Amino acid sequence: MAYVAVKGGERAIDNAHAWLAEARRGDPAVADIGTDQIAQQLGRAVDRAMAEGSLYDRDLAALAIKQAQGDLIEAAFLLRAFRTTLPRFAASLPLETGAIRPLRRISAVFKDLPGGQVLGPTTDYTHRLLDFSLTDGTPPPAAPLTAAEPEAMPRVHDILGREGLIEPDAPDGAEPGDLTREPLAFPAGRDLRLQALARGDEGFLLSLGYSSQRGYGNNHPFIGEIRMGEVAVEIEPPELGFAIEIGDLVLTECQMVNQFGGSKTTPAQFTRGYGLAFGQGERRAMAMALVDRSLRAAELGEDATAPGQNAEFVLGHCDNIEATGFVEHLKLPHYVDFQSELETLRRIRAESL
Amino acid sequence: MSKTERQLWMATLARAGRAEIERCLADAPALPTHKRLRGPETGLVMVRGRAGGGGAAFNFGEMTVTRCTVRAGERIGHAYIAGRDAAKAELAARLDAALQDSASADAFMRAVIEPLQALETERRAALAARAAATKVDFFTLATMRS
Repeated sequence: MAYVAVKGGERAIDNAHAWLAEARRGDPAVADIGTDQIAQQLGRAVDRAMAEGSLYDRDLAALAIKQAQGDLIEAAFLLRAFRTTLPRFAASLPLETGAIRPLRRISAVFKDLPGGQVLGPTTDYTHRLLDFSLTDGTPPPAAPLTAAEPEAMPRVHDILGREGLIEPDAPDGAEPGDLTREPLAFPAGRDLRLQALARGDEGFLLSLGYSSQRGYGNNHPFIGEIRMGEVAVEIEPPELGFAIEIGDLVLTECQMVNQFGGSKTTPAQFTRGYGLAFGQGERRAMAMALVDRSLRAAELGEDATAPGQNAEFVLGHCDNIEATGFVEHLKLPHYVDFQSELETLRRIRAESL
Repeated sequence: MSKTERQLWMATLARAGRAEIERCLADAPALPTHKRLRGPETGLVMVRGRAGGGGAAFNFGEMTVTRCTVRAGERIGHAYIAGRDAAKAELAARLDAALQDSASADAFMRAVIEPLQALETERRAALAARAAATKVDFFTLATMRS
């Protein structure tokens, strides 16, 4: 039995929307929050709305967050809805994340590596004590500067790859699938899995990644490398016939190094999981890398027994816009549905008495 | 592969803010009159990544982009810029046309592109200096095995 449409309630809905707008604004004696303030000062919320909305535009994400009163799933939903109103001009050339201009770069497997460990604007070493100085508008001290000498920053997996100790990248030149154009079908290739995970709910990915660490499909992960920084986006418009840079994105990339694979033909080597996130999304990128590796179980000849290794389960449930749509539709009137169940129940009881 | 001069100025204009471009134009000769051939119009670019950073391509997520094509005299100017600033896309397309014209190229390179490149270099250096200040050496404590 499906949902049956109802009519009426327009006036109540209009009035509810008017109240919502008033509630969103809050006490008029308190200054209205500018979307520029959100874009500047709530950067991690903006990053998350962009990632789950699958649309990189900091100003639009800030507006969505304001409109959604800070509800980030609702904000991502607004961004997804907005993107459907725009034509797609092009697909970019694949990002050269190796050429990222790093604001942060750490490795948990090598202490001394070329290019060094660069912490960037991290919260890792804060004590998680509430900082009440933020309530009085005191400007922060200027961040120290150190003259930077350009230094090569080879990828950790390239260093391990010199000895063949880790699986290499395998570029194939194939046109990647696009789940915004074709519905997901299973088995889903790694291209589609990575696309779905990149826009998946951070909490869901985090929990699945956590489950894989706790023994539900054992991953044995190490952070080979995390990089956060600016990367150029290039497209090749047909009217020009050459590639042009259209701007930079801030991205976070996580290279996870995992325990061994190997076969009769390939000697044992480390395997890898990959995570990539819009903005400064380290938790998201790490969780994505864990789940990406889990979902490679079949490809790497492992038993797929845990939820995180089940592509149909993970990809079918990682999208929080789809999830919230299906869960929240339960709020809509189901009066006819319910009436039929009520009648069935009464009949069963009448027959058994 | 090294980039052509045109690729470099298009990249510079794509990254610059509209206010910065306008400020530079105040010290430049007037831009030639132009006719819009397409746009300015906002759409999307699907940004692609590579599995593992260097492997097979995948569709990562979209970004907003605004494009504009103009004719100024003999020259066709194009612009594709990240974001939704239509006025900036039109300015970038007009500058792309003016920079292709050898009669006016030098003046616009000097007045607009070079100062914008200098600003971008300065911005990157300031970020790199902040990053360099957070570079660490971790000490590994002696373990039972050592």
